[in-house]
Order: sequence, then C-alpha cells, then structure tokens
Amino acid sequence: MNELNTVPSGEELDALDKRIINALQRSFPVCDHPFAVVAEELGTTEGELLSRLQRLREDKILTRFGPLYNADRFGGAVSLCAIAVPEDRFDAVAEQVNAFSQVAHNYQRTHVLNMWFVVATESWQELEDTLAAIESETGLPVRNMPKLHEFYVGLYFEI
Amino acid sequence: MWGCILKSDAELQVLDRDIILQTQAGLPLVAEPYQQIAAELGIETELLMQRIQVMQDDGRIRRIGAVPNHYRLGYTGNGMSVWDVPDDKVHELGEMIGALDYVSHCYHRPRFMPDWPYNLFAMVHGRSREEVLEKAQKIADLLGEHCRARDVLFSSRILKKTGIRIGG
Repeated sequence: MNELNTVPSGEELDALDKRIINALQRSFPVCDHPFAVVAEELGTTEGELLSRLQRLREDKILTRFGPLYNADRFGGAVSLCAIAVPEDRFDAVAEQVNAFSQVAHNYQRTHVLNMWFVVATESWQELEDTLAAIESETGLPVRNMPKLHEFYVGLYFEI
Repeated sequence: MWGCILKSDAELQVLDRDIILQTQAGLPLVAEPYQQIAAELGIETELLMQRIQVMQDDGRIRRIGAVPNHYRLGYTGNGMSVWDVPDDKVHELGEMIGALDYVSHCYHRPRFMPDWPYNLFAMVHGRSREEVLEKAQKIADLLGEHCRARDVLFSSRILKKTGIRIGG
C-alpha cells in the first residue's frame, strides 16, 4: 500500500520528457514506424524517443503505454463500490477486499464511506456474486454504484 | 493463422479479443511495435492495424497513448467531488462539468438515500487539496441553484491499483 505523500514529484523531467508525455497523452499513430512519426513532430529521433520512453516507464512516470480499452464495450461489467469500514478493522478489510482478483482499484477516502473500489467482471451476474462474496467475507454492506451515464473520461495532465 | 482475407463477424470477435489480450499490458517499445504484435499473434501487420483502427473508430479503444502516474507529475491533490443535482438536469449539467479541463472522469451514478444523496461524480485533479477545493467551488458556482448538496472525498491511500483487465 502506498502513502500518497511519499511519492516524489516529477521534477527530474527535462523539457523534451515533458513534451513527450504531453504529446503521447493525446494520441499515437497506427502505421509502420509510429515512433519515427512522433519523434519528427517533437524534433527528436526515433531512437532517442524510444530510450526516453523506456526510462519513463521504468521510473514509473508512465504507468501505461498502449491502446486504452473501454472495458464496458466488451460485454463485461464495471462498477464503483464503497464500504463504511470501522477504523480498527480497516487494514484487515482492505486485505480481504484486495484479495478478490475482480477488484481493480481500491482507495481509502476521507468519508464515513472510507473504502472505494472498482470491480470489473465478465458479466453483471459475476459482479453481483463478487459483491455478495465480499459482503459475506467482511460482514459489511457494499454500496454498488454502477455508472448510469458517462459524460466524460479523459485523463490529460499538462506538464 | 489469420491471413488478410475477409473474416466472419465471429472470427473477427475472436481476433479482436486476441489483439486485446496481446496489447492491454502495453505496446512494445520498439521501432515497429505493430509488426511485433502481429508476429506474436501470427497475423498480417495490415490486418492488425486495420482491426485497431476499427476498434478505435467504434470506441472499444478510447485512444492509444501514454498514461502518466499523476502523483509523480505533482498532481497529488485528487478529489472525488460528488453532487446532488435534480435528476431531470443531470445530463445537461454532467456534460457541462465533464467538459472542464480539470475534470478527468464525470459520471451519473445512483443515490443511496438517506445518507448518500449524490448522483453526479466528477474527479478533480490539482497539485494540492486547496487547489482541488478551489476547483470544486468553481463547479459549485457553475451548478448554481441546481446544487442541493456536495462533498469532496480525497484519497488518503492507494490500497490497490492493478487496472481493469479484459478477458482474464
């Protein structure tokens, strides 16, 4: 588990790193030599771009690079769920919830509903079953808040 | 082995799923990434690029690109802002809030009465909690009289972050 405030900021990035990160958050071409195309736009070389991307990925500045799939266009089910966990049981319940492979993300948040996690399954039935299993294992009610409508999803961090 | 001939819908579904499984962990950082993926799948590069284009056009692929670790980029104040707005206004208001450049995700979700009256969720990002609260105030100003209740939930710890995987 990561304490958020122990994570260093991205001050070690130079101007080209920043231009690379900004550009690659927008799009990436589908063609024979996509890195050469991007490198030319950024005024660098294909080799330089690839080695910088390698480093940015190793340093975990980039958590992903590739196609970003829209999970709910594949017949699967995704939902945001929350539990009000008693403080003295928090870490034990986090361990129980995280043990489910269907739990993709889990965050502690500042609210009575203090545990918020995303559950992703192959079907809505499996999602219901997973939440029932989490409830029976933890003995705590799970609030199931699937999206009713998506207005916008787009992570873009100008740096 | 897939050739470059036209496939049936069922065959394309299987092929698309294979492509997803092969690429959802990321593209290889090599000069010709699509050639490498195609070779691993045993298909023609042209067919792979065509299917990726189709999936991008129909929305199965949101985009191809990089996802930065926003904490590492200094965006350490990330708040889930939640709003109680009238149901008959939620679409109009959700579109407006989703269009703001500091909102990364915006959804309509069900309420849980009586203690969770919020039906509109907007993730707000900033370099500090203060910055997030300032932005949440801007949202409140935009919602005006339609905002009946509000809260901002900050993340105090990441407990798990493996990401969503499609197809096991």
